[in-house]
Amino acid sequence: MSELPKHAHAVIIGAGIVGNSVACHLAKLGWKDLVLIEKGPLPNTGGSTGHASNFIFPVDHSKEMTQVTLDSLKQFKDLGVFRESGGIELARSEERMQELRRRMASSKAWGIDSSLISPNEVKKLFPWVDPDVILGGFYTPSAGVVDSLRAGTLMREKAIELDALKVFTNTEITDIAVKQGRVSGISTTRGEISTEIVVICCGVWSPRIARMAGASISLSPVVHQMIDVGPIAEFEDCTEEIEYPVLRDMDKFMYERQVGRNLEIGSYAHRPIIVRPDDIPSIEASKLSPTEMPFTKDDFDPQLEDAMELLPEMLDKDEVEIQYSINGLLSLTPDGEPIIGETAEVKGLWSCAAIWIKEAPGFGRMIAEWMTDGISEIDNHGVDISRLYEYARTENFVESRAEEAFNKTYGIVHPNEQWGMSRGLRVSPFYAREKDLNAEFYETAGWERPYWYNSNQKLLEEFSDRMPDRTQEWDARWWSPIIKAEHLAMRERAAMFDLTAFAVFDIKGPGALDYVQKMAVNQMDVRVGRSVYTPLLNDRANIKTDLTIMRLGDDFFRVVTGGSDGSRDKKWFSDHLPDDHSASLADMTSAVCTIGLWGPRSREIIQSLTKTDMSHEGFPFGSVQEIVLDRIRVHALRISYVGDLGWEIHIPMEYGQFVWDLLWEAGQPLGLIPSGIGVYGTTGRLEKGYRLYGAELDADHNPLEAGLARPKVKSQNFIGKEAYLEAREKEPDAIMCTLTVEDHKSASGELRFMLGGEPIVTLSDGKRIVDRHGRSSYVTSAGEGPSLGKYILMAYLPPEYVNNDNALAVEYFSELFPVRVAVAGGGSLFDPDNERMLK
Amino acid sequence: MNILVCVKRVPDPGTKIELTADSRAVDTSKLGFTISPHEECAVEEAVQMIEEHGGEGTVLTLGLPESDAQLRDALAVGMERGILIETDGSDWDPGQTAKAIAAAIEEDQTRHGPFDLLMFGNESADSGGFQVGIRVANALDLPCITGVKSMEMEDGQLVCKREYGDGWEVYKIPLPAVVTVKEGLNLPRHPSLRGTMKAKKKKIEFVQPEKVSAQLVMNRLRHPAETSKEVEILGEGAAAAPKVIELLRKLEVL
Repeated sequence: MSELPKHAHAVIIGAGIVGNSVACHLAKLGWKDLVLIEKGPLPNTGGSTGHASNFIFPVDHSKEMTQVTLDSLKQFKDLGVFRESGGIELARSEERMQELRRRMASSKAWGIDSSLISPNEVKKLFPWVDPDVILGGFYTPSAGVVDSLRAGTLMREKAIELDALKVFTNTEITDIAVKQGRVSGISTTRGEISTEIVVICCGVWSPRIARMAGASISLSPVVHQMIDVGPIAEFEDCTEEIEYPVLRDMDKFMYERQVGRNLEIGSYAHRPIIVRPDDIPSIEASKLSPTEMPFTKDDFDPQLEDAMELLPEMLDKDEVEIQYSINGLLSLTPDGEPIIGETAEVKGLWSCAAIWIKEAPGFGRMIAEWMTDGISEIDNHGVDISRLYEYARTENFVESRAEEAFNKTYGIVHPNEQWGMSRGLRVSPFYAREKDLNAEFYETAGWERPYWYNSNQKLLEEFSDRMPDRTQEWDARWWSPIIKAEHLAMRERAAMFDLTAFAVFDIKGPGALDYVQKMAVNQMDVRVGRSVYTPLLNDRANIKTDLTIMRLGDDFFRVVTGGSDGSRDKKWFSDHLPDDHSASLADMTSAVCTIGLWGPRSREIIQSLTKTDMSHEGFPFGSVQEIVLDRIRVHALRISYVGDLGWEIHIPMEYGQFVWDLLWEAGQPLGLIPSGIGVYGTTGRLEKGYRLYGAELDADHNPLEAGLARPKVKSQNFIGKEAYLEAREKEPDAIMCTLTVEDHKSASGELRFMLGGEPIVTLSDGKRIVDRHGRSSYVTSAGEGPSLGKYILMAYLPPEYVNNDNALAVEYFSELFPVRVAVAGGGSLFDPDNERMLK
Repeated sequence: MNILVCVKRVPDPGTKIELTADSRAVDTSKLGFTISPHEECAVEEAVQMIEEHGGEGTVLTLGLPESDAQLRDALAVGMERGILIETDGSDWDPGQTAKAIAAAIEEDQTRHGPFDLLMFGNESADSGGFQVGIRVANALDLPCITGVKSMEMEDGQLVCKREYGDGWEVYKIPLPAVVTVKEGLNLPRHPSLRGTMKAKKKKIEFVQPEKVSAQLVMNRLRHPAETSKEVEILGEGAAAAPKVIELLRKLEVL
């Protein structure tokens, strides 16, 4: 075999489906001098690709995941390795039938042809199913099966053919060298290569490889059991690998698929079995392969029974033997999303891991685009490795969440479902008070945040007549009517919110202004004591994030961003710091806690604690001042995300509880209540039509479409300016709208309340609405507007749909509910002139 | 025809066998377990003979309580009853093992009637002592044939064959008898789904043995000196064809 080159432009580690895909896409984008290192043989390296069940169901509740899967499907088809068999997700329970109806909405939203079919229709497609044990199925004709090993080989060969790639097998990586925070080379069992870029595509081994460079990839290998049974007499005449649809027996957390004359049965029902990367056996010490571990039979026994119950005719006979059985390893992550992008710890070290076969070509393309241009066509914020805070990079955290995630693989996961494991990691100084008030805690970025306070139960009586309650269990799950009551009490009196989950970065130095000017769309050269809400763009003028920047000094800016975005935003800011060190970034998140104080009586409350003039004239909207509350110096920022008069109060962490108590005491005579994030993030925000990153704002849309464009563009340069100016020349192809639901009554007479992700369709025929770029209209956020007595949805609509000439509806659990556009573009449904905030 | 088959839970390793730190055992922490291949054939042969001649198959093992998994495997392919002689995981030499097994068989026969045939693997896949079957035969005063690769019933007697040079030795023995068999005797079946389900309901009896003193003590395991292997990859796909042809010519295959 040829010798390792001394130098490579980039080294890709791992020749499973992912590594091959990355190599192929980098080569297609013009990269040369690529080296692919693989410790095993080809084409089956012994990694998870080798035992994957290889089927693809395109529909996912997540838009980005569906987009990546569809891209992958297209690539597999182009490679000639895909066989369309169709796929059916089966329901044995009414609860699952509901979930299948929800899947129908997702398939409509993302434009995939699917249908709900009866047990007998299932039997027509897969004749050996006992129709009596199921209630129905969700049928996707475009589902199918790929040859993932062949796909990997073809992609690798493509890169070689482009004269871009050298491949070295039976070569194990032993070290990754890092100099001054940047990759400088790798060592292998065959020698060393100097390189500034390494992509880890090592599947279940990825954490171990990342550790060589002092970085972390937050995934955990977990066991997924599968068996292969046969011979199946019913498949005797089959000539293709698969001629019948893949079955997913969703309620039993298992699947059945034809493999030639056999049937493969896989399970996600058993206890979570975690294997540490260091405990995976070597290739030589493995009986089958390192990722095909010894089968633990007892764990699978209930599934045998379930499979025989579903396919009695086919399986309940002596000739059908269990011919192969493994505890196969796959990768799970703390939030169920893949781990893609450059690691936060080491420049030039990229991760492309925790990826299923169905997504691999798509994520290969995504990371190749990202490595080439810094941007990918499909939004990557949800899979970006830099989303993971430090706590989420520890082994115990990753394992605990992977354990919890395992049974969600085929589970029915509510969109607001909270994690149970590894909770209570980050708490604000108000935590003890919040617990005393019987807060219901939801987690964001490791922080425990009150979503509502059960102590506010008493408000229900006062405000219960303003809006109907959610009576349907699914709609009301992870929700409380107390949220509406807190909202109305805030609008009438005042409420205090724990906003400590904010990420806070201080930017200082002589180059600070130029630097923030470069980062932000809006004018940052404001006078000291002003704050600016601004989007940040990527080079294509799509939205990277949105946040608030305060100018606290000539050379001092403070960035405040959401907890969910903080880790990602920190990397984005850090990556763009000036090379001459004229500006520096300090993460102040752990030093600052925040109370939001809003409502018509908030001024009276805060004024009673300070000598600073808090009047509209003395403390205008958008300004920030250092003030003394009683004896504590804090920053007060006059801003609002809920549409009422008030302040964000930024307090040094250790004084937090003292200030909470001050406000609490001062506010009691004025009816101050504690209020949760349900109001802050949903009801208050939606009444004002404020956008949320990850919901309304994403890399699929630009600020004009999002309704965030200001009348003028600043003269200074900023990231994405060129593309932004270009976009401003054109009419937007989609407009962010605030919609109201006009009738909540379902066919059964029960009132239904959407939760987000549902398609917006034409009322007359339920047709999907798509803009000129193929982007569909779907609900980005949903929730009550208690002050309006309306239920509010946000959605992008093509311009021709915003004037209510076309009657629109939202599809929810296979029913249409009429909606109307209340606000097109920027602007608020509630208090449109912002009189409440600006007085 | 009542047949007892004795099996042993052994590790199921890859090509490289890892040892524990004290080199006194195979490191099984990452391994699965199975029964020795010879014993798989013994179980299959017993099941076939019972299918043909009637009777009941019993499978016995001596080992840790988790060895019941291996008994269940045998029950899944058609054995009816299991006996587990429970140990604490300490070493049992062939003499100790055979004593305990013989005692368990004698005790079982008092309750369930005599076995017509006792089958063993010729040697276990891990320690390879080649002794237990013979020692049990001796203890129970039964005739014993080892290394058997073919067996069938003829006029109430058992005809066994074993390889000898290029030919066969053929024995005809009256029952009851002890036979130790070798892989190749038959092609063992995999368990069916149905059999696996049924096996869960079959009975396994746990027996507490008496442990006599050991006569053999294992000191240390050692990997044999590695014969150097070199693999040369001639190429991938069609590009490798000319080199393959060249090699086949060199080997005078073509």
